[in-house]
Amino acid sequence: MTIGGLLATAGQVLLVMAGAPVLVGLMRQVRARLEGRAGAGIAQPWRDLRKLLRRQPTTPTGTGWAFRLAPLLLIGTSLVLAAVVPLLTTASPLDPVADLFAVVGILALGTVTLALAALDTGTAFGGMGASREMTILALVEPTILVAVFSLSARVGSTNLAAIVTATLHDPLRVASPASLLAAAALLVVVVAETGRLPVDNPATHLELTMIHEAMILEYAGTDLALIEWASAMRLTVLLGLLASLFLPWGIAGTSLTALPLALLAFVVKVTLLAVGLGTVEVFIAKLRLFRVPELLAGSFVLALLAVASSFFLA
Amino acid sequence: MTFAAIPGPPPPLPGGQPAGYHRVAIPTTTATLAEHAAALHQRGFRLALVAAHDDHDALRAVYLYTAADPDRRVELHLPIDRDQPTVPTLAGLSFPAGRFEREMHDLYGIQPLDHPLPRRLVRHSHWPSGWYPMRHDAGPPPDFTETDGPFPFLTVEGSGVYEIPVGPVHAGLIEPGHFRFSVVGETILKLKARLWYVHKGIEKLFENRTPTDALPLAERISGDTAVGHTLAYCRAIEDAFHLQVPAQARRMRAILLELERLYNHITDLGALCNDVGHSILNTHALRIKETLLRLNKDTTGHRLLRGGVLPGGATLRHIPDREQLATIGADIREIIHLALGNSLVAERFTGTAILTAEQAHDLGTLGYIARASGITIDARRDHPTGNLDDDGLLADDLYTIPTQTGGDVLARFQQRAAEIDASLTILHTLVPTVTPGTVTSWPTDTPHPPPGTVSGVGIAEGWRGTIVHRVEITPEHRLHRVKVVDPSFFNWPALPVALAGTIVPDFPLTNKSFNLSYAGNDL
Repeated sequence: MTIGGLLATAGQVLLVMAGAPVLVGLMRQVRARLEGRAGAGIAQPWRDLRKLLRRQPTTPTGTGWAFRLAPLLLIGTSLVLAAVVPLLTTASPLDPVADLFAVVGILALGTVTLALAALDTGTAFGGMGASREMTILALVEPTILVAVFSLSARVGSTNLAAIVTATLHDPLRVASPASLLAAAALLVVVVAETGRLPVDNPATHLELTMIHEAMILEYAGTDLALIEWASAMRLTVLLGLLASLFLPWGIAGTSLTALPLALLAFVVKVTLLAVGLGTVEVFIAKLRLFRVPELLAGSFVLALLAVASSFFLA
Repeated sequence: MTFAAIPGPPPPLPGGQPAGYHRVAIPTTTATLAEHAAALHQRGFRLALVAAHDDHDALRAVYLYTAADPDRRVELHLPIDRDQPTVPTLAGLSFPAGRFEREMHDLYGIQPLDHPLPRRLVRHSHWPSGWYPMRHDAGPPPDFTETDGPFPFLTVEGSGVYEIPVGPVHAGLIEPGHFRFSVVGETILKLKARLWYVHKGIEKLFENRTPTDALPLAERISGDTAVGHTLAYCRAIEDAFHLQVPAQARRMRAILLELERLYNHITDLGALCNDVGHSILNTHALRIKETLLRLNKDTTGHRLLRGGVLPGGATLRHIPDREQLATIGADIREIIHLALGNSLVAERFTGTAILTAEQAHDLGTLGYIARASGITIDARRDHPTGNLDDDGLLADDLYTIPTQTGGDVLARFQQRAAEIDASLTILHTLVPTVTPGTVTSWPTDTPHPPPGTVSGVGIAEGWRGTIVHRVEITPEHRLHRVKVVDPSFFNWPALPVALAGTIVPDFPLTNKSFNLSYAGNDL
């Protein structure tokens, strides 16, 4: 463990905590401007969080521990993810945990917790949202695993930091077929996992079409704030993971001096990705629910091809 | 596919008395009602309106049948015993008749005998039993109590079947309605729409007003159909007084009707795009809607076009100019082009919630919903109110009726698009022929009191479909009864039919493609 690594990891967590709502605000603002609306400004999610954090949470009659625990577990897993995934540094003191399987597991834990909480409310919407989310989760998690596999196969390790370091040493790898296919597959699953268009519409008020939002309809006040915050952090971490895996330049190792540059590089990369996603969302519509598995199956095939090509072409 | 009347003049049913514009009244009895109704159905008539009346000493029901090509209106007048208020049911002949009878039962306490589905329609369980608000001696509403228990929803049973109750309060700013989905997985097995949360007693409020005093009420029956309802109301009044409307005023009214269609259709096109997550087109549709609302404000002084239609005529403050309309038209066409050119949007619309022509016909649907399923029905052509100018510009020349065949969300989208084009063509023709000002044949002093109670029927093609009003005016110049029928009354039952077999997340889109009125349905 190094001081640099420790500082960078702490910085990474704080940055994700503070920056995630701004990132969501940025995506909304990009969309608003492109649609010709004024938009609420990039700080609006923070204002919403501040408002919600001051309000009392409510617990519907008949709900149990699953409902009460979910916001805490979700924010907990999101913070662990923010610490573990190499965003600013590859020398995290939590490096042994930064394993592919652990990361996917932690991600799934958060999702499953929320789905259980939705079932716990006993409402039709909660059950409906949970069922849809599980359908998507079942298709998303294997794709993430397989896609990152194609990258780890060449490195011989499922440690994310090791994969990133290897790419840094051999930048041409980014342009390899395996890497490009994996990038495409991961992009699709990140969109699905974070509930963005064309899989889910975060801006809708139509309960019957919701996936993620349907699960959290019963939450209010601080609980809702934690969930919204955690969702924004998951989005940020996943975009950061994409950036680190496929555009790792600028990421710091143990050195303390590289940290400011790493910070700047991370912010720029994630901002660009978010603006790109926000822009694309303007031009697409939401898929029919039964088409979503087709999209995800497509991304799984891409991931599978990525693995195959990393074996045969490498 | 058309369901036009059998050609040739209708063999008159025995005992018909001329009652108004193209209208005959036939007295009937409980014994002959079904026979008469069946004869009319056979001759291609559709049941347009059923109104019960409380004449203090007796009750009476009027069944208004209409047919197109040529325009014919036939009324069956059925006296009902006040002590034993029953009518023979026509539900077996016509689906809408069954619903009209349930409405009569809830509001007047007239029992339809042998009705196949005698459940309450307008009433909610908190209405006191035995209290019929439209009776003359109903008095103020008594205290609401839970009397009849919950509505008997049909429970669908089976492995994996569950229910999703939605509403009556919804997340968006829409009107109240409760939807009960029986679902397996994501597929809708059955949907029951339980409406009637907005009963305002409008028909009761009309009673005992003078025809002119009641005009603001007619304008407010359904906020987005101010022109349609006012026009139907004014035509009914004019029919009762045998009043001719000057051709200039008829053209002004035609302009107002199309302006109303335009702003509502473009709103729906945008909303349909928004419901599939393509909100950029909604933003632009809202921009165009705002332009149109401002144009409306210039035209009549009100953004929703209130104040334009008057009894006996119309008034315009400003005439929309052709260039501005052409620009708006080009703007709208671009939105339609972009929406249908987006494969994701087109994919969501195509094949979603199909209403077949047969279903649309059997349920008696009206307006763009019927036309999107291939039924040519349009009151502007079917029930014209005279030439549009003295040179003989006929309604037939002006009104082409576009139809679609698909019956799905896409067809309803394209139908609106086609109707926008048709409206713009009509406006383009009519705009240069009118000048700002008031044109009316309504006498400055009150019209001569009618010799006895007179009746009038007004039919107008509002943007949602055919609106029918029937009025009765007493010799004291007071409205004895106003019966209002919004097309949504006919169209609501089509929504669950179209939805059978579609998936739950497609419901909001389908609902939007129907865009039925809650306020116009529940008076």
